[in-house]
Amino acid sequence: MADWLTGMKRDPRARWLGVALVALALGVLPFVVGAAGGRGWVRIVDFALLYVMLALGLNIVVGFAGLLDLGYIAFYAVGAYLYALLASPHFGVHLPFWVLLPLGASVAGVFGVLLGAPTLKLRGDYLAIVTLGFGEIIRIFLNNLNAPVNITNGPQGVNMIDPIAFGGFSLGHTHRIMGIEVPSVHLYYYLFLALALSVILISLRLENSRIGRAWVAIREDEIAAKSMGINTRNIKLLAFAMGATFGGVAGGLFAGFQGFVSPESFILMESIVVLCMVVLGGMGHIPGVILGAVLLAAMPELFRHTIVPLQRELFGRIVVDPEVVRMLLFGLALVLVMLFRPAGIWPSTTRKRELAS
Amino acid sequence: MDWEILLQQLLNGLVLGSVYSLVALGYTMVYGVLGLINFAHGEVVMIGALTAFSVGRLLQALLPGLPGPVVLLLATLAAIPVCMALGFVIERVAYRPLRYAPRLAPLITAIGVSILLQHIAMLVWGRNYHSFPQYLSNEPFNVLGASLTLVQVVIVVVAVAMMGGLMLLVHRTRLGRAMRATAENQSIAGLMGVDINAIISVTFIIGSALGAVAGVMVAANYGVTHYYMGFLLGLKAFTAAVLGGIGNLGGAVLGGLLLGMIESLGAGYIGDLTGGVFGSNYQDVFAFFVLIIVLVMRPSGLMGERVAERA
Repeated sequence: MADWLTGMKRDPRARWLGVALVALALGVLPFVVGAAGGRGWVRIVDFALLYVMLALGLNIVVGFAGLLDLGYIAFYAVGAYLYALLASPHFGVHLPFWVLLPLGASVAGVFGVLLGAPTLKLRGDYLAIVTLGFGEIIRIFLNNLNAPVNITNGPQGVNMIDPIAFGGFSLGHTHRIMGIEVPSVHLYYYLFLALALSVILISLRLENSRIGRAWVAIREDEIAAKSMGINTRNIKLLAFAMGATFGGVAGGLFAGFQGFVSPESFILMESIVVLCMVVLGGMGHIPGVILGAVLLAAMPELFRHTIVPLQRELFGRIVVDPEVVRMLLFGLALVLVMLFRPAGIWPSTTRKRELAS
Repeated sequence: MDWEILLQQLLNGLVLGSVYSLVALGYTMVYGVLGLINFAHGEVVMIGALTAFSVGRLLQALLPGLPGPVVLLLATLAAIPVCMALGFVIERVAYRPLRYAPRLAPLITAIGVSILLQHIAMLVWGRNYHSFPQYLSNEPFNVLGASLTLVQVVIVVVAVAMMGGLMLLVHRTRLGRAMRATAENQSIAGLMGVDINAIISVTFIIGSALGAVAGVMVAANYGVTHYYMGFLLGLKAFTAAVLGGIGNLGGAVLGGLLLGMIESLGAGYIGDLTGGVFGSNYQDVFAFFVLIIVLVMRPSGLMGERVAERA
């Protein structure tokens, strides 16, 4: 099996064929999913792609650089609210997507630097606590900044956010392209797919770059990395800013897609969910993280279709909320994975080698 | 400035600070011995409060004639062993196997344990707020123009007594000496015949017992308990421990009291200071800003030793 795989990797024709097949599969995926399970499932696929972006962003911070960030969702919130406020009737401002995407990314990045600067000189534990607090603070501000000047509209959130549009081509409603009817969720799927692929590409290129190697060096031994001439503080800040940037982009997409944002979407548990995706999939291993994100993003739906009917069958009513079951499993999984499979369900070969020796 | 209001805020701060100090001691003890932040400590406090709530209700149902203070005492005494057992199990299951693993590993298991405890509590006690009965008289009495309740006085007295007891234990007994030796250097202490694993377990158990009492205090003071109460309380107590200098027992007490005062005064005066732009709904934010400022200005805390990256 392994021989067959490496053989295929070596043969360029087989490789291109593989890429073409994957591209075709990803291209028709929304139509297949839509035909099989309805548009609700296409929506779930869209969200899975958003989570892939988020998980890869957090992977840079936690997986590559080894900095535990427990408030990652705050950057997602910054991106989402920025989009929501600058493209909705709330302020009457309607900036185009082309302006908002880089703006959201850079504002989130600046927040990342602001948060990282005071704490990155210190030990990792402090960073974990400060980011935890930061996530909560952002939520408290979003919740309360509706008085005396109404900025965030408080707990009600901002609604009627403009759908993402390119010039006159809005993704918010169904289009007819070459005789095929393409609904809004499908259009968002292609946009998210394109951005998720670029995030994957950036991650892959970063991993083996000078910066990526510096991150891994810091993760493994900060003092040794420093003595090799790595400016650890700046490189750590860069990891933090980069992760935040990805979060900000995903947040903007979320706001445009959903059409509505409220502080409820950015609670601590969301940060934990993204952390679970990274840890379970395999910290620092990009395919593992993608797998983790897709699996965990699909989990609530899966539970809704298994645990709820199962409980109805057994007890005649819903005894345990599937959401609680999910969080219980997440907590348990974090503990068990760290104890028995610290490199995740799909670890990178180097980590596997390190842990085996 | 109105003196009576100031005094009232200071007294509130003292009560709040006593609770923070007790919880902060739990963080700082574990940190001193293991060099690890026990993220799940806030959840232990929460379980303590909810256990006391249930035991109290049970006692009142079984023995309706029992006076309130006795019920409270018995409920607290029941919550303490539950939390002790919990602390012991957490250390045994989540931290001990990872003692020599990379730093990130025990932090992640700690988060996992925290989530697990929170949702187990949600299953057992439900999502709703439970009102914690007034076991002690809440008739306010006057102290120089500020009002104080019996609950608040008891909180401060018990907290002071427990902190004093802990200080005696750590500085005057054989066990305390073993704890200090373990904190100083684990392997050398081991060579000198200290049973390291037992000492670490005992540290978790004592910290959890303090946490249980603190949990009951919070519940009695605010009159409510909730499965989510441990999170913010834990965050603030950790801030208190950092403010005082993490790993330092006296520092945790000082940090807790200071943070209580800062929060209480801040919440009381922020409205006036900012001309009504920010209100007391930002009370929870102060702790966080204090944490950031301490980390920037003096990362070792007020009374702490140097916190360097351990190689």
